[in-house]
Amino acid sequence: MSDGEHRGPKGLGFDTLSLHAGQVPDPTTGARATPIYQSAAFVFPDSDVAVGLFNLERAGHVYSRLSNPTNAVLEERMAALDHGVGSIVTASGQAAIHLAITTLLSAGDHIVASRSLYGGTHNLFQYTLSRFGISTTFVDPRDFDAFTQAIQPNTKVIFGEVLGNPGLEVLDIPQLSKLAHDHGLPLMIDATFVTPYLCRPIDLGADIVVHSATKFLSGHGVVVGGVVVDGGTFDWRGKEKFPTLSQPYEGFHDLVFAEEFGPLAFITRARREGIRDFGACMAPMTAFQILQGLETLPLRMQRHVANALEVAKYLEGHDMVESVSYPGLESHPDYALAQTMLPKGAGAVFSFELKGGRAAGRTFIESLDIFSHLANVGDAKSLVIHPASTTHHRMDEASLLASGIGPGLVRLSIGLEDPVDLIADLKKGLRGVEKSLRKPS
Amino acid sequence: MILQLNGEQVYYGTGSGHWKKDAKSIVFVHGAGFDHSIWVMPARYFARHGFNVIALDLPGHGQSSGALLTSIDAMADWVAQVIGAVADDANAKATVIGHSMGSLIAMNMAGRHKATVKQIALLGTSAPMSVTNLLLDAAKDNHHAAIDMTNTWSHSQRSIMGSSDNPGVSNIHAGERWLERAGESVLYTDLAACNAFDAAELPSVECPALVITGGDDKMTPAQAGIAVAQMLPNAHVANLPSCGHSMLTEQPNQVLDALSGFILS
Ligand SMILES: Cc1ncc(COP(=O)(O)O)c(C=O)c1O
Repeated sequence: MSDGEHRGPKGLGFDTLSLHAGQVPDPTTGARATPIYQSAAFVFPDSDVAVGLFNLERAGHVYSRLSNPTNAVLEERMAALDHGVGSIVTASGQAAIHLAITTLLSAGDHIVASRSLYGGTHNLFQYTLSRFGISTTFVDPRDFDAFTQAIQPNTKVIFGEVLGNPGLEVLDIPQLSKLAHDHGLPLMIDATFVTPYLCRPIDLGADIVVHSATKFLSGHGVVVGGVVVDGGTFDWRGKEKFPTLSQPYEGFHDLVFAEEFGPLAFITRARREGIRDFGACMAPMTAFQILQGLETLPLRMQRHVANALEVAKYLEGHDMVESVSYPGLESHPDYALAQTMLPKGAGAVFSFELKGGRAAGRTFIESLDIFSHLANVGDAKSLVIHPASTTHHRMDEASLLASGIGPGLVRLSIGLEDPVDLIADLKKGLRGVEKSLRKPS
Repeated sequence: MILQLNGEQVYYGTGSGHWKKDAKSIVFVHGAGFDHSIWVMPARYFARHGFNVIALDLPGHGQSSGALLTSIDAMADWVAQVIGAVADDANAKATVIGHSMGSLIAMNMAGRHKATVKQIALLGTSAPMSVTNLLLDAAKDNHHAAIDMTNTWSHSQRSIMGSSDNPGVSNIHAGERWLERAGESVLYTDLAACNAFDAAELPSVECPALVITGGDDKMTPAQAGIAVAQMLPNAHVANLPSCGHSMLTEQPNQVLDALSGFILS
C-alpha cells in the first residue's frame, strides 16, 4: 500500500443506501415501494431453467424457504449497509445465530465466545448446542489472553457482541479480529445493539455479522427477525479446519463451496444447506416491515443515541443511582474505545444500578408511565426491565452477581420520545424508590 | 482440479463435472484480478450439459502458482498449453470463453493457436483495451483506489444501487472482495497487459465468435465490442441492455442464454 495519493470513486452514502439499496422500482408495475411477494413458490418457465435454478447455474427464486423477492431486497440492503457480499434473513435473531454457527460448525467443534452475551445466545451455546456436540468456552471480553488460551485445536470461530450484556463492554473488534486471524479463525459478531449505522464490524475486521432485526433495524417492536451477513473476507480455500466450505458436500453432489463460489462461499452454503434444511426463513411481510424500518434507520439511530446520552447523564447525577454503565459516559471503562469504534454513539441500551436492591428495582419499574416494562430492546418507544425480578428471578444474589447483574440493576432501551418526558418519568420512579427506602419497614 | 505443469500448480474449476474423453471442452478465462470462481454459473451449466469444463486460474491467480504472465501473448500460449495438458492430447480443441482480459486471451488464441480453438466467446471486450493512467498508477502502487476504480466502473448504475438477480447477493461488494483476494501486483500486471494488447499484430481470426456487450458497460463500452465483432469474419453480437462490465454477476441468466444459444446451436 502506498501513502494515499490515489483516489478512487466513493460509494453511495449510508442514508441513500438505507432507502434504496437492493431495490429499483418494480419493472412491470412501477411500484416504488418494495412489493410484498406473498407467494410460496415461483413458476419455472421451462424444465431446463428449473434444473438450472436447482443446480446453481441460474439466479432466481424457487421456493420462499430458500429465497423470496421481498426478502432478497432486505438481504441485499443489509449486505450493502454492512459492507458484506451477501446476507440471509431469518425467522429471528436466534435463528440467524444458529444458521451462522451451524454453517461452520459440526459435532465435535468448539466456540470461543465473550461471556457478556444476550441471555438467549448464552442458552444456545451453553445448553442447547452442547446437546449436539458443539461446546463453548466463555471468556471475559476485555481479556485477550483469555481468548487466546481458550482456543483449542477444534475451535472454529470466535464470537462476541459489539456491546456486551449487561455490562455494555465494548468489544475491541480490530484487536480481536487480528487475534482470530492469527489463529486461522473467523470472527463472528452480533451487532444487534449498534446496527450498521453505528458500527460496521466487517470494516473493522469481522468476517460474519449477525443481527436480531427485531430491535433497532426494524425499530418499532412489531416483528421478530434476524440477519446473517457474510463479509466475504475469510479465505476458506484448502483449509481442512472448515470442511463445510473446503471439502466436497454430499448434500449437493460433492460441491466444494470455497472453490466454486470464491468470496460467496459461506453465504451460499448457508442458503443451500442451513436455510434449506433447518428452514428458519423469514416471512415476506416481515421483510417488508423491516425494510420500512431501515428507511429511517439513520434518523432513528441519531435520536436514539442522543436521547440515551442525555438520560444516562441525568441518571449518573442522581442520588438514588449507584452507578450507570453506558460507554458514552466518561465513567465507563471502555469510553475511549467507544469514541474510536463507535464515534456516532454507543447505542441506546444501557443499565444502571439503583440503591436499595431488588425491592427498589420493583418499586422503580412500577412507578414508570412512559417506559414500558417488557422483555425487548430497540423499540421506538422506551423500554425498561429489572432482571432480578423478571428474567433472572430464580437466581439468588450470589448467582446474580456472578453474571454481572446487581439486585438493583435496571436496563433501559431509550426510545424516540422527548427526552424531557423520559427524564421526568425516570424522576418519578426514582422518587418512588426514595420514598420506599425512607419508610420504616 | 489441480494439474502440475512446468513445475507449477495449475488450478481449474470443472463446474462439478467429470472429465469425459469424448466430450467437447470449454475453457473459461477470467478477467484482470479475478479467478475461475467468477464463472461458477456457466461452468456448472455446461458441465451438466455434458461438456468438459476447464475454468482456469491464470498463473499467480486464485490457486494457480507461478510467476504472473505479463503479456496477452504469454497468457494465450499458457492457456493453449494447459488445454493440451488437461486433455492429455496435444491436438485437443476447445471453445474458449473469456471475460475482459480473458476475451483478449481468447481472441489472441483464435489468431495464434488456430488448431486449439474451435470457437470463441468474448464478454466485455474491446481492442485496443486501453487503461487510464489514473488506474494503472494506483494499481502499480497496490493501492485500494485501483480496486475501487475497477469495481465501480465495472458495475452499471443499476447494479451499484443493487437489485441483484442472485438473491441476497451484493454484487458491488462481492466484486470488491474478488479483487481484494488477488495478490500483490496481480491487478497491475493484468491491466498493463490489457493496455499493451494490439489486435493489429494478430494473425487473422477465422473461427466463429460470439461477442457479448453490456449496454451500460463503462470499461469496455458496447460500441467497442461491436467494433471487435466487425473486425472478425464470423462474429455475432449479443447485447445485454443496461448491463455493466461485470456481466457474469449482473446478468448471469442473460449471459447463460447468449452462451448456450451460441454453443448448443
Ligand atoms: C444481542 C441480541 N442478539 C440476539 C437476540 C435474539 O434475537 P431474536 O429475539 O430476534 O431472536 C437478541 C434479542 O434480544 C439480542 O438482544
